[in-house]
Amino acid sequence: MRLFEYALVSGVLYGLFYGFIGVGLNLLFGVMRLVNLAHGDLVVWGGYLAYSLTTSAHVNALWAIPLSIPFSLVGGLILYLITVPRLRRAEDTETSSLILFFGVSQVLVALATMKYGTNQVTLPELGNPVMIFGQPYAASLVASASLAVPALALFYFYLYRTRLGLATRAVMANEEEAIASGVRVRRVATSAFVIGIAFAAAAGPLATFMLGGINPTTGGGLTITAFTIIIIGSLGNPMGTAAGGILYGLASSLTQAYAAPWTGMVPYALLLAVVLLRPSGLFGRRVRIA
Amino acid sequence: MIVAAVLGAGPTLYNNLAFLTTLAIYILLAQGVNIVYGFTGYLPFGFVGFFGAGIYGSSLAIVYWHVGGYTAIGLGALTSVVAAVVLSPLLRLSGAYFALATLAASQALYFIVANESWTFGESGMSLPLIFSPTALYVVAVVAVTVTLIVVFYVRDSHFGLSLRAIRSDAVSAAMAGVNVVRTRTIAWLVSAAIAGVAGALWALMTSAFYAETPFDLTISVYAIVFALFGGVRTVVGPVVGTVVLYSLYQYIGISNPQYFELIYGLLIVVLVLFLPGGLSSLVGGRGDRPAWWNRLVRHRAAPESAPEVAP
Repeated sequence: MRLFEYALVSGVLYGLFYGFIGVGLNLLFGVMRLVNLAHGDLVVWGGYLAYSLTTSAHVNALWAIPLSIPFSLVGGLILYLITVPRLRRAEDTETSSLILFFGVSQVLVALATMKYGTNQVTLPELGNPVMIFGQPYAASLVASASLAVPALALFYFYLYRTRLGLATRAVMANEEEAIASGVRVRRVATSAFVIGIAFAAAAGPLATFMLGGINPTTGGGLTITAFTIIIIGSLGNPMGTAAGGILYGLASSLTQAYAAPWTGMVPYALLLAVVLLRPSGLFGRRVRIA
Repeated sequence: MIVAAVLGAGPTLYNNLAFLTTLAIYILLAQGVNIVYGFTGYLPFGFVGFFGAGIYGSSLAIVYWHVGGYTAIGLGALTSVVAAVVLSPLLRLSGAYFALATLAASQALYFIVANESWTFGESGMSLPLIFSPTALYVVAVVAVTVTLIVVFYVRDSHFGLSLRAIRSDAVSAAMAGVNVVRTRTIAWLVSAAIAGVAGALWALMTSAFYAETPFDLTISVYAIVFALFGGVRTVVGPVVGTVVLYSLYQYIGISNPQYFELIYGLLIVVLVLFLPGGLSSLVGGRGDRPAWWNRLVRHRAAPESAPEVAP
């Protein structure tokens, strides 16, 4: 029973973090039908930023979260200008973007290998374990989960309480009608792209704690996990992603507790189950023709 | 025919049979991707799953039933086709959903193979030597030749025409009397069979391996990019793409993998943005070529004939 309780609590804590990782990816797909296969690698680069900060400047790794934002704004804008206008004119934007961002992912992995090597990189633990319901949880786990909550709240604020968010949701729902209503689609798309990337990079320092360290190839698995989560929580519904993240976190930590060798299979099995049984996701309002 | 002749003469040009056999295996995989992605537009990101199914189908048949080499290749192909039948519901999906679902399926297959004892997941597979390297290379060349004939058929036949029609507009194709589901499924099964043969050849060549390599996603990605680089929907394109890029891999990828990865990643980006039709689109009809290429190379510009105006 204590094992079950432990799995349940850590599942929710992990789930909040996974929701944080998923929202940016969902934004890119929802607004522009772009499949950002480099998403996990951007998260990993955020983690490397935290690593560099702690090793060279000896400051708390969590400072990398705000610091990653200017980097990702500039980097995201450059990436957007190079790729997106041409991609949007492609015959099949969705599949082309998948291949293209796979290339970007390879470049990011190669650069990370050159700069940081192939060994696992870890961050120092943040403090003493935190007691929840009488059981200890790593301080970094609790801190990451509690930072994911304001991040998700910020995302909610952007999407549902600002004019830009309103325009973004209009483009997600129907691009042509949004243009007809005077929404400046290009500006909305650019901001969505850059914000999505900033959210990925900002989740990086937390990922380094949550995954017990990162290496250049960590990103690939993270991307798949993030995709599973956003499909569970419905594409184009970023707040469903938070719920999808928690569901995934629970499934993963329960498997870890009771059938450890199969933990790695959880994202794949869940992804298959969801696309075959309910491709619109659990929180989809409109059915996407999958 | 030319390709088969060149492959047959391969050993006299470059005497490294392991390299040449692997090249043939990648040509098979790239052609498999060509049939699914090129002709139907479905991107099989987890194509390596069929390769792995072929590897394990043939290996387990050799280990448990002591079958001969040719039977093993046949059973490898059969295993992949069975896997493709099981996974055919995925064809209901499209775009990114299909690509990611096939990826998930291939990795789920990996976890099953790696965790079970009857597949030698933990101890690793080891096979007796059945073909000499030369004999195996001959078999591989025959397999490539047969596959190229199949792709020729797919390109030029009524079946291939149906596939193109579905690719450009499935609804209109269905209204014109094309059986969309059946045609698509046949293409899917044929490409799985090709990947299964490639897997069996790989198993016979490698003979000792763990489950990681047969299901390594980079194999899918290599096959996809090799096919795209040469140009999908053509017969020769994927062959040229594989020969050029796999040689590049042999040259720098083994000693400096991260530099190869960097070049490879940049190549993918450039390919998607500037040369979506691959190398073969540069020599194809003018309409297929990218606009920047037409601007760069002037092809016998028609002389501007000013209309003669009578004074």
